[in-house]
Amino acid sequence: MLTEYDVVVVGGGPAGSTAARFAKTATNTVAMFEKDREIGIPVRCAEATSAPDLERFVQVNPTWIANLIRKARLISPSGHEVKINLPADGAVLNRRLFDNGLAEIAANQGVEVFTKANVYKVEAESDHTWKVFIKHVKRDIVIKAKIVIAADGVESRMARFAGIRTQTVPKDIESCVQSLLGNIDVTEDQIDFYFSSKLAPGGYVWVFPKGNRTANVGLGVNCGNYDGRCAADLLDAFIADKFPQAARLTTTAGGVPVAKSLKKIATDGLMIVGDAARQVNPVTGGGILAAITAGKLAGSVAANAIDAADWSLKNLKEYQVEWDKSIGKDYTRFYNIKEWISQLSDDDLDEIAGLLQKIPPTEINILSIFKVALRNKPALLLDAIKLFAQMI
Amino acid sequence: MIEINPELCDLCGTCVSVCPADCIELDEMKLMIDNSKCTSCRICVRICPFEALKLVG
Repeated sequence: MLTEYDVVVVGGGPAGSTAARFAKTATNTVAMFEKDREIGIPVRCAEATSAPDLERFVQVNPTWIANLIRKARLISPSGHEVKINLPADGAVLNRRLFDNGLAEIAANQGVEVFTKANVYKVEAESDHTWKVFIKHVKRDIVIKAKIVIAADGVESRMARFAGIRTQTVPKDIESCVQSLLGNIDVTEDQIDFYFSSKLAPGGYVWVFPKGNRTANVGLGVNCGNYDGRCAADLLDAFIADKFPQAARLTTTAGGVPVAKSLKKIATDGLMIVGDAARQVNPVTGGGILAAITAGKLAGSVAANAIDAADWSLKNLKEYQVEWDKSIGKDYTRFYNIKEWISQLSDDDLDEIAGLLQKIPPTEINILSIFKVALRNKPALLLDAIKLFAQMI
Repeated sequence: MIEINPELCDLCGTCVSVCPADCIELDEMKLMIDNSKCTSCRICVRICPFEALKLVG
């Protein structure tokens, strides 16, 4: 480990590894610090994303993909099923291998990667660098960095040291629990979403098959809709009802931001990416694509700023601009859709599902839903369905 | 003050993301609460997926 790096990335998830990879050039130094003992675990993610979208950023190693998805089913509170053929292949990832793979790509570019390395504080110095405080295995270390990229997840505190408030209001966080279930009968190329205030108030239950009779089964509860039941108890109830014979191979918790992305994601010498910046699709809760999109943008901007020997906001604000122009502007719109969905009652959801069920199953695809929604329902509904179909 | 049940805490950090007083911190092995800053708002208690946090006193 050096005593000084041009770029320090805090957090070794997809946002961090992608940022590190694009920040590294032949002439600069980049280090990435992951607090956990291994990149990629624990997996706090339902692992679904869009396969073609991933390929835009990285050469996908086949081992990263556990299972391909071609259909989705939305299940309303009283059990109406709306079936959708996905316009593009969905992928349920092996996040452990995926995250490891992205870190390896960064490392092969020359990024120094450290695990069991908890960056617990950064301090701005008068010479426009950062003092970075790290607990690495058993040693306390202080190093210097010109640019810090905060990719430290939903629990991020890095940005707060730069005076950026990242605290999220309860209604913009989903409290989630998930188990990998084994020994279950599921349609392997189909993902299911259950909507109901009884099963998951203000959120949904997901069943995402991973192949070989396994699936990620989890749910999120919107904390603005809290009714006294915690996510873990709700998941126990769902599994006991739908998959009583299942083996629960893993159980993990996680918070999923369903917020607007942070307004300020860049400041002098610091950028925030991924869950830390609340860069998550607020309707689906999917964050993988946003993380690697932001990671690439922030990493490239960091590399240029180091080249130009000026890493003040003047040279970093391009990240903010590019993010807002790309996914950021869509997500702001999606946030309004999420707000709209969150006030729908179970009766509303049943009614909407009933409308969509009138489309013959053989003709249901994204285009036919588009047409029906266009004729029958406000534009917001249409957007919501497109979202789930794309599984961003 | 907030009490953590370490047997239930999954170290997911959801509470850290919402604490308005910024008094919760997470490292690889444990969750830490600075109760001198806690305002007893109970948001962390309600948000915890495993009910690992409790308001006491």
